[in-house]
Amino acid sequence: MGVSQTQPHLGVVFERVEKRYGGIVALRQVSLEVRAGECVALLGPNGAGKSTLLKMAALLVRPTSGRVSFSGAAAATPAALKQHMGMVGHHTFLYEEFSAEENLFFFGRLYGIPGLPTLVAAALKDVGLTARAGDLVRTFSRGMRQRLGIARALLPRPSLLLLDEPTTGLDREGVAWLARTLESLRRDDCTILMSTHTRNETLGIVSRAVCLAAGRVDRDSGYGGDPRPLLAGIGAEA
Amino acid sequence: MGTGRAAFILLGKELRTELRARELLNATIMFGLVVVVLFSFAFDPTAAESRRYGPGLLWIAFLFAGSLMLHPSFAREQANDTLSALRLAPISSFAILLGKMFANLIFMSLAEIVLVPVFAVLYNVSLAGVVGRLIAILLLGTLGLVVTGTVFSAISAHARMRELLLPLLLFPILVPLLIAAVEATSALFAEQPALDRTWISFLAGFDIVFLTAAWLLCDYLFEE
Repeated sequence: MGVSQTQPHLGVVFERVEKRYGGIVALRQVSLEVRAGECVALLGPNGAGKSTLLKMAALLVRPTSGRVSFSGAAAATPAALKQHMGMVGHHTFLYEEFSAEENLFFFGRLYGIPGLPTLVAAALKDVGLTARAGDLVRTFSRGMRQRLGIARALLPRPSLLLLDEPTTGLDREGVAWLARTLESLRRDDCTILMSTHTRNETLGIVSRAVCLAAGRVDRDSGYGGDPRPLLAGIGAEA
Repeated sequence: MGTGRAAFILLGKELRTELRARELLNATIMFGLVVVVLFSFAFDPTAAESRRYGPGLLWIAFLFAGSLMLHPSFAREQANDTLSALRLAPISSFAILLGKMFANLIFMSLAEIVLVPVFAVLYNVSLAGVVGRLIAILLLGTLGLVVTGTVFSAISAHARMRELLLPLLLFPILVPLLIAAVEATSALFAEQPALDRTWISFLAGFDIVFLTAAWLLCDYLFEE
C-alpha cells in the first residue's frame, strides 16, 4: 500500500492560521511548513489544537484567518488535492451497518480507484481482516475497526497522510503493524502528519516533532533537526 | 469524479443502508398512515368535505412524515463521523447533498405510493382519470420537500436538539410549497378536475430556486 508513482509529493504550509469556535480559540497564529516526505509528530496535551490543525490540512475545517496551502500539487482544486490525501481521525469513518469489504469498496469508488477487487483484498489481508471481510463493522472490536479505518485511509495510496491518534484501540501487535506500514510509506516519500500524546512504536519513524500548547506552536525540532528531545518528553502508552 | 457519478454512488449506499435497516421507510409509512387514519376518524368527512379539506390533510401528512424521514438523513452520518469521511473524498459537497436528495425522493415517493390509495379510500376521493396529473403534482411537491428538507437536515445535524430544530426550520420555509401543493391538488380533486398551471409553475419555481440555492451554498452546509 505504498504511494503511487504517479502521485505528487504533497507538503502542507500553514500561514498564521487561526481557528475560533465561537468564543473558543482552537488555533492562534500557527505558522508551520511540513515539507513533502517529512514525517511530523504533533505533540501536546488534549485541547492543544492538534486535531484542528489536522482537519485544516484535510480541508475539513476552514481557518478563521490565515492560509493553508499545499506544495507539490500541480492541480490546486480541493477535489484534486483530496485525491492524494488520506486521513485517520478520532472516529473510524466507517459505516457500522456495512461489512469491512463493503466499506472499502464504497470509499474506493468515491475515490475512483481502478482495480478495486484486487486492492481491497490486498488491503484486508494487510490489516489481517481477510477472514472477517464479509462481517458487519458493528461486530468488530475497537482495534479491528481502527485497522480497517487505517486501511480505508491508505486505499487511495495517499501522498499526504494525516493521522489523529492512530494507535487508539490498537494492541501491541497492531501498533507494530502500523509502525511498519508508516515506515514503508516513509520510504516511498509519503508526507505524514501525525498527532499523539503517548509514546509508542510509531514515533520511531518521526523526522520532526512539533509541540502545540493552547493553540500555539510551543516548540519545534525543525526541518532536519533532532526530534528525540521533544519525543522524550511525552508519556508512555498505558 | 463528476458530481452525477459521485451522487449515484452515494445513492447506492443510501439504498443499501435502508434495505438493510428498513428504518426510515417503515417509520415514514406508519407515521403517515396514522396521521391519515386519525384525521379521517376525527373529521369523518363527507365526499364534498373531502374534496375541500382532503388535499390539505394529505399534504400535512406528507409534511409530518417527511420531516420524520429527513431528520436521520444526515444525523446517521454522525455515528462514526462518516460525514467527514465523505467530505474527505475527492467529490463535491453538492454530490453528497444530491445523493441524499435522490435517496429521500425515492423513499418519500414510495411512502406516497402507499399513503395516497389509503387516503383515497378513507376520504372517498376518486383518483380515476387524475392519476397522471396527481403524480406530476406529487413529484413537484415532494421534490421541493426533499430538497429543502435535506438541506436543513444537513444544517441541523451538528446542532443540539436537532430533532426539534429540523421541523422548526423546515416548516416555515415550506409554507409556500404547502399552499401551492394543496391548491394544485384541490383543483384536481374538484368535481371538474383540472391541472392548475399557476400552482404547478409555482411548485416548479420553488424546486428550481431551492435546488439552485443548495448548489450555491452546499460548501458552507457541512462546515464545522
